[in-house]
Amino acid sequence: MMERESAKPGCKEHAAKLVNIAKKTARKLDLAAIREKLSKATGPTYWRSLEELAEEPGFDDVMHREFPRLASEWPEGCSRRDFLRLAGASLALAGLAGCTKQPLEPIVPYVVQPERIVLGQPLYFATAFPVSGIARPIIVKSMEGRPIKVEGNPQHGASLGAADAHSQAAVLGLYDPDRSQTIGYNGTVRPWGTLQANIRAALSQQQASGGAGLRFLTETVTSPTLAGQIAAVLKQFPNAKWHQYEPVNRDNVKAGAQIAFGQAVDTTYHLDKADVILSLEADLFAPTGLPGFQRYTRDFTLRRKMKPGVAMNRLYVVESTPSLTGVKADHRLPMRSSDIHTFAGSAAVRIFMAGVRTVGAPPDQQRWLSAVVNDLKQHRGTSLVVVGDQQPAEVHALAHAMNQAIENVGTTLTYVDPVEANPVDQTASLKDLVADMDAGKVQVLAIVGGNPAYNAPADLGFADKLSKVGLRIHLGMYEDETSALCQWHVPEAHPLETWSDARAYDGTVSIIQPLIAPLFNGRSAHEFMAVFSQQPEQSSYDVVRGYWRSQFEGRPEDFESTWRKWLHDGFMAGSESKPRTVAARTLNLPALERGAQGTEVVFQPDPSVYDGRWANNAWLQELPKPLTKLTWDNAVLVGPALSERMNLRTGNVVEVEHRRRKLRGPVLVAPGQAEDSITLVMGYGRTRGGNNGSKRGYSAFQLRTSDAPWIAGGVKMTPTGEDYPLALTQNHQVIDHKTAIEETIKRAPVREATLAEFIANPRFAQEMKEEPAYDETLYPKYEYNGYKWGMAIDLNSCVGCNACLVACQAENNIPVVGKDQVRRERHMNWLRLDAYNEGDLANPRTLFQPVPCMQCENAPCELVCPVAATVHSSEGLNDMVYNRCVGTRYCSNNCPYKVRRFNFLLFSDWNTPTLKLLHNPDVTVRSRGVMEKCTYCIQRITRARIESEKEQRKIRDQEVQTACQQACPAEAIIFGDLNDKDSKVARLKADPRNYGLLAELNTRPRTTYLAAVRNPNPELEKKG
Amino acid sequence: MSQIFHRSTNTISRVTIYGFVFLLAALGWALATWQRSGWFNRMGEAEEQPVPFSHAHHAGGLGIDCRYCHTSVETSSFAGIPPTKTCMNCHSELWTNAPMLEPVRHSYRTGQSLAWTRVNDLPDFVYFSHDIHIAKGVGCDECHGPVDRMPLMFQAKSLQMEWCLDCHRAPDKYLRPRDQVFNMRWQRPSSDHPVTFAGASYTEQQTMGRALIKQYEIRSPRDLTSCNTCHR
Repeated sequence: MMERESAKPGCKEHAAKLVNIAKKTARKLDLAAIREKLSKATGPTYWRSLEELAEEPGFDDVMHREFPRLASEWPEGCSRRDFLRLAGASLALAGLAGCTKQPLEPIVPYVVQPERIVLGQPLYFATAFPVSGIARPIIVKSMEGRPIKVEGNPQHGASLGAADAHSQAAVLGLYDPDRSQTIGYNGTVRPWGTLQANIRAALSQQQASGGAGLRFLTETVTSPTLAGQIAAVLKQFPNAKWHQYEPVNRDNVKAGAQIAFGQAVDTTYHLDKADVILSLEADLFAPTGLPGFQRYTRDFTLRRKMKPGVAMNRLYVVESTPSLTGVKADHRLPMRSSDIHTFAGSAAVRIFMAGVRTVGAPPDQQRWLSAVVNDLKQHRGTSLVVVGDQQPAEVHALAHAMNQAIENVGTTLTYVDPVEANPVDQTASLKDLVADMDAGKVQVLAIVGGNPAYNAPADLGFADKLSKVGLRIHLGMYEDETSALCQWHVPEAHPLETWSDARAYDGTVSIIQPLIAPLFNGRSAHEFMAVFSQQPEQSSYDVVRGYWRSQFEGRPEDFESTWRKWLHDGFMAGSESKPRTVAARTLNLPALERGAQGTEVVFQPDPSVYDGRWANNAWLQELPKPLTKLTWDNAVLVGPALSERMNLRTGNVVEVEHRRRKLRGPVLVAPGQAEDSITLVMGYGRTRGGNNGSKRGYSAFQLRTSDAPWIAGGVKMTPTGEDYPLALTQNHQVIDHKTAIEETIKRAPVREATLAEFIANPRFAQEMKEEPAYDETLYPKYEYNGYKWGMAIDLNSCVGCNACLVACQAENNIPVVGKDQVRRERHMNWLRLDAYNEGDLANPRTLFQPVPCMQCENAPCELVCPVAATVHSSEGLNDMVYNRCVGTRYCSNNCPYKVRRFNFLLFSDWNTPTLKLLHNPDVTVRSRGVMEKCTYCIQRITRARIESEKEQRKIRDQEVQTACQQACPAEAIIFGDLNDKDSKVARLKADPRNYGLLAELNTRPRTTYLAAVRNPNPELEKKG
Repeated sequence: MSQIFHRSTNTISRVTIYGFVFLLAALGWALATWQRSGWFNRMGEAEEQPVPFSHAHHAGGLGIDCRYCHTSVETSSFAGIPPTKTCMNCHSELWTNAPMLEPVRHSYRTGQSLAWTRVNDLPDFVYFSHDIHIAKGVGCDECHGPVDRMPLMFQAKSLQMEWCLDCHRAPDKYLRPRDQVFNMRWQRPSSDHPVTFAGASYTEQQTMGRALIKQYEIRSPRDLTSCNTCHR
């Protein structure tokens, strides 16, 4: 799926004009006035963006029209006569188009049909998608041999059925036409055999020195097979070296364990057992956070379902950049990342006193600190301190010591054997390699995956020193920045194309099995490494199976049946890392000083494209980042106070300077960002990142150095006076009626109470707004005798991880539209994730609200369609009949929830051959001029209905799960039959927290929400 | 000054004005008839195929069951189109040198699929499921016509939406007992030819149809005509 850049020169001029208008109207946001307004407001105030709060004129414009950018689209100078001519012509053409004779189509059978394939029925295969080495367990749906949809593996403890945004977008990555397709030697196509001969020749030269000039550079490896292969090669060449590096690594975590225990251990958390959690910049819920995020989300939200007998947990977060965990917290303390270690020190002093010297917490944090510490101490054995990967090693060590002191080990956390095959300090490892390259010691360098030329720390000069290596071979999925500097480039097989294995966050091994033969003749890392071994022609299957067969020797069971069971289940039961008992050492830390004065810079992986490896994935590029709602770009995140001080607003380009290295990027004012802290986001600024990934945003790696890879002090930021258009969706599809925040409260799209308020009045959400009586309508009532489909979304569980959005996109063939079209508010996601902020600019809490179609019983859209293209089904769905739609857009205009999407252009890709394979055959691929929207995955309902009717029974509860429900790690979305009183959804609808969005309009939405409840510490809740 | 228009102009203009209404009506009727015709929807058109396969010979003459080739008709939305291997099951023994079958042998030798032309082809926005129709007692020939008497395959029905709806609105007109679904010569019950089903004998299609609807728990016409039954 290519982004549709405006090809016509007219469009470019038009875009330039838009920017100019934006410049002219750009004025300083009056944050002081906003603050005043917020402080005056009584009760909670929910707002979406600073522009809304400031009552910017542009925002009003947004509100007044459904598609505000459309007006500017109208060709200028179009006279009434031209208009009539165009209208007449389009009517005539539309009429003709409806009468075309269907073309003849070929039907092509197999020659020999594979036994298990039933045409028209999907097959499911359990496998895993490795990210930074860690397996994300998945089940892939395959139609006639084409993998089309990634789902979670319900039996695997790391997924429990949930699938994250990244692994779901892997199918688009698989079919990406920009992947490299041929083995290249300095840009010319060569056969595999030539490469093999070249490597063998180089190896024979290395034989004498024991491989002294041979180096392997991989990303994080958990694959036992690959580690075994590398070990075998290193045995043959004892002086060769294996280096590991990737930019989003866990060096600090490893170093922290070394300090605390003197050995490498991993920590797994059990959030279901934790009553009180203190997170020091640890993102427990985001796919870019801790490796076990899916399980952690599930376990955390289990304690937030407000079920009788399950006590609610409490979450404290200290962080600089708002994260999914931070905005979910009951108490969040914005703090510079470079000061968090002193906070950890102060907490440690209060918890166990010994061996920590630290500056005291500043007075304004004292109250917070003592409240947290008291809470932790009161929950001995049921509390937890978690630290983010980007925090320095001593914070990790302090957390280990605190968890030991409050006796949490064994209950809320377990120490286990390291999951990584060879846990090394990756930055040091890369440094060694670069030093050797510089010294001319490296003759052969095999880069097995990864893109170090783009993402290595800037001070190492990796790209420059790479040229000193004699033979450089790069295995990668794309011809990227690194392959441009290597003589050989080998296309890598996608994880859905090859055999491999990997470990999940808890160490459980999954065999990765191919869903399709390599589309572009890619080679796996196993096949690539085999060239360096004694058996250069081994296939991935032979390597992986051979490894596990050798591991299996001596066991009484039959290998074949065990192997089949592993493949069937998607994991090896009982292979998780063994718990390890570790003794804490006395901490001997240097005195903890506050970070350097001035502005700090924090480096973070992008929530969507991570470290840049998915830069060409259009689904992920267009996925609004959960908190900033930015698409297709990255930005320099700046807090409101700093932006006010520097007179900056979103879109202003700044120059960030750190140790004489500079980069330029657009500012995004992020409410909740710590003062004097700016965040640079990785993954952009690619120069060779494919059609979608190249030349977008800035590369944070330009400023990242090996001694301060996550947090760096002493940064200078200067405005350049330029502007850059960002495609932000935060103010798109706003459902509140007016700009004023008072109106937001009146409409109360999101509803929330504290635990005490909830206990006092469980029906608080329903009492916020009055719903009209059932018969208060002029239209005839529908009877729903059979199924009555409905959905309940628990706002208290939703953590805003975006998994549902990608699930919907993949399931329903939803196209991407490109940055230019997103700016015109034409993005197509059927399900959107609204974010409402509450409270002060400096530290708001954010409530996420996934908004699919409400399937109203009194649907406003149905009444206005002139061609009956959207009609009410007997089960209460608002059916959308694409082939009837003529594109009047009346329905969208009349939809109070703004959930309808219109194909302004031909957004679906009908031409790229590989992308055709991606389509879900159960869902119509829509064309230009057609309205579309969520249908509660009607194709899944129909499939289940047919199966049940064949057996003459009702559809069982949870037999149909919508794609969004299935992907959700928090079980926040529940779908089912409301006529079945025992169904999960019916029980949730009976929950006192259940309320309808804008139900006061008497739309009678079938999708309803469960209000959020937070659990603040009474000690901190008191004002003053 | 003489008259510009002759007196007959009055009549001509009247005829033109009133005639225009009739002309429009006629045009509408012509369009409607045309789009229901075989020229438009390919009804009755035998398409050119790589091998002139005769259903009349195989299904009618030899009595091979439909499901021998269309294997997934009871389990999937798609009835299935036989792989070359299915042809070769017999034709590796019979008519092994017939020139007519050379494309089949070529396919089997080279591993290249035969490319047939689809005869019963619905638009891509229509989702039809064979399995549920079979399970609810819709006979093959209700939609496909007398396939066992077709030397060359052609589309027997219009396959247009009004034709689909005709049955979805009143399934009792067309249903038959499940065990008769694959019987291509099945006859509707009549007084000379009663049909026994579930212990009762029926002489009328409508009464039997209603009994079948009850027996097979077929949904109401309101459910069956919901758009999402066929469109997604």
